[in-house]
Amino acid sequence: MSLLEIKNLHARVEEQEILKGVDLIINPGEIHAIMGPNGSGKSTLAQVLAGKEDYEVTEGEILYKGEDLLEMAPEERAREGIFMAFQYPVEIPGVSNVYFLKAALNAIRTHRGLEEMDAMDFLVYVREKMKVVKMDEALLNRPVNEGFSGGEKKRNEIFHMSVLDPVLAVLDETDSGLDIDALKIVADGVNSLRSEDRAFLVITHYQRLLNYIVPDVVHVLIDGRIVRSGGKELAFELEDKGYAWLEEPLGAGEPVGA
Amino acid sequence: MAPSDTELLEQHVDQKYEAGFVTEVETETFAPGLDEDVIRRISELKGEPDWMLDWRLKAFQHWQTLTEPTWANIEYEPVDYQAISYYSAPKSKQDGPQSLDEVDPEILRTYEKLGIPLQEQKMLAGIAVDAVFDSVSVATTFREKLADAGVIFCPISEAIREHPELVKKHLGTVVPYSDNFFAALNSAVFSDGSFVYVPKGVRCPMELSTYFRINAPNTGQFERTLIIAEEGSYVSYLEGCTAPMRDENQLHAAVVELYAGEEAQIKYSTVQNWYPGDPETGVGGIFNFVTKRGLAAGRRSKISWTQVETGSSITWKYPSCILKGDESVGEFYSVALSKGRQQADTGTKMIHVGKNTTSTIISKGISAGHGQNTYRGAVKILSGADNSRNFSQCDSMLIGDQCGAHTFPYIDVQSPSAQMEHEASTSKIGEDQVFYCNQRGIDTEDAVSMIVNGFCKEVFNELPMEFAVEARKLLEISLEGSVG
Repeated sequence: MSLLEIKNLHARVEEQEILKGVDLIINPGEIHAIMGPNGSGKSTLAQVLAGKEDYEVTEGEILYKGEDLLEMAPEERAREGIFMAFQYPVEIPGVSNVYFLKAALNAIRTHRGLEEMDAMDFLVYVREKMKVVKMDEALLNRPVNEGFSGGEKKRNEIFHMSVLDPVLAVLDETDSGLDIDALKIVADGVNSLRSEDRAFLVITHYQRLLNYIVPDVVHVLIDGRIVRSGGKELAFELEDKGYAWLEEPLGAGEPVGA
Repeated sequence: MAPSDTELLEQHVDQKYEAGFVTEVETETFAPGLDEDVIRRISELKGEPDWMLDWRLKAFQHWQTLTEPTWANIEYEPVDYQAISYYSAPKSKQDGPQSLDEVDPEILRTYEKLGIPLQEQKMLAGIAVDAVFDSVSVATTFREKLADAGVIFCPISEAIREHPELVKKHLGTVVPYSDNFFAALNSAVFSDGSFVYVPKGVRCPMELSTYFRINAPNTGQFERTLIIAEEGSYVSYLEGCTAPMRDENQLHAAVVELYAGEEAQIKYSTVQNWYPGDPETGVGGIFNFVTKRGLAAGRRSKISWTQVETGSSITWKYPSCILKGDESVGEFYSVALSKGRQQADTGTKMIHVGKNTTSTIISKGISAGHGQNTYRGAVKILSGADNSRNFSQCDSMLIGDQCGAHTFPYIDVQSPSAQMEHEASTSKIGEDQVFYCNQRGIDTEDAVSMIVNGFCKEVFNELPMEFAVEARKLLEISLEGSVG
């Protein structure tokens, strides 16, 4: 069974249709990249997967582990293993990063029938994970994202991901605004989490992230539809030619599943 | 699709007020109504000396010339002061209980249910409690241990009899009976409350606390607290308040006076959880009209108010500091939550009189449901108060779209060397913040409580440990019952 199966997904925000029939299949262990010009619907797809209420699904369905994902509340999706690294992570003043993560992890553990982790065990566990993303320990005790630089925020998202151990991780333009060093750290974090059971959906505007996170499949999203899918070489082609050559009226376009 | 965050927030409007039960005890309760005779009877029941009765009667005469203030940003049906009973006390053998064995077991159970066991062996070590039930103090714990340190902690009615010189010297000097309508009423009819005296150079060996419980129907509670900290002493005092759920409004008009001598420090913390009334209709709940003021009389004295106001249908309360001594310090840390149909108009006054005086105001207002939350604060720096400083920060948080937050800061600076800083913010609890928490697996209720607790953190940090935990829990219960 595939991990995620999106069929003919249509979604809109305030009357405006953004996704116009997306089909996508992701299997465990795969890394899929979604590329596309601004406004093509990349982030909308991520938000719909995470369950953001502003996005209304008007047609189609999403099966996650064979279940109807759209019936699940955002926190249920998270507890079932869907993680989204936000493009713009919010700040939560007065709530320390470590306290927040412990609450999150224990909500997930409880859902999975595991015992809650106590403060001591959690700290040991978290320190281990921090090494992966080369996080400064000071950021643990600072309020969630408050006063973090752009790079720190993105790194913090990858740190959250490694702590929460997701089944499907959606990275929404995690590379935007990162310099090359930060980009490498983020990519290293993702690569270290690659496993047979875990899948990634990497949303990006630029090809350069895919130099470091090598995808199994690349999809091109234009005007709310996946107009082309291919191997990692498709990303290089896009880097050379841009998107314009794909922006032709559909009909010829072949929506290809992975 | 999953229900929206706003819908989820709205769904939590089912109010749970956990302290809303009634204790069945036989009481001696005055018939409703207020005249000189009622005041004489209260005074007589308490075995008061003549000077006390005279003062009460003067206050009553003055009160009759006053009208209820209307400047606060609150709306309520006028109070019929003749429809209230001004005294209610559980019946007891003789003069009142001499020891816990003589306290009605029902009352002990009441406090136990509220999480405040009065048996010393069961209590949190390090906290002495005065338990005020309607109009009387039913028990005061650890008195002997405190007496060893020279600290007096007893019901004020007892202090009037046993320590008249101390009471006479200080009562009404910080809050005169002429101060305002409710202070005048309280001065006339106050029935009990706590008295604390910390002698020169003594650091009070334990936290002192008073737990106020309104139980009887149709009764007002008018407590009076007086804390005197002599030169170089230190005391930390906490108060907590609850009441049963009733369909009528009940009046609570208290007066608290603090006096700090040279280099003395008083830390006064309140966790107020009076019954807030029905969250849908607004019926019932406590009218909390309270006057609290501290006089930082001596050089380098310090008075610090911390309050967590989660209850009452109406809160009208401005714990204030008069910074008379040079280099004296005043602080006000406040969290006020208005949910359901609650209205809070609260804040502080910092009056700088002495030189080099400093004050800090941190106010966090949270409005949910149809709640209305007003911060009203005054900072006054008089002409002689050279080099005085104030820092004020007033933050408001809105949860849902039916509530309101208002800020009225008054600033009056008469000294050219004064420094003032004022920061204010209003934010709507971010659906983005809630969604971010959801996406990490945290449900909306926990997310809101986490975000609100984070918002209040600076204030909670000021509370003594046990109370900080209590306050956090209370805010959780309150929000569980009220986030709208």
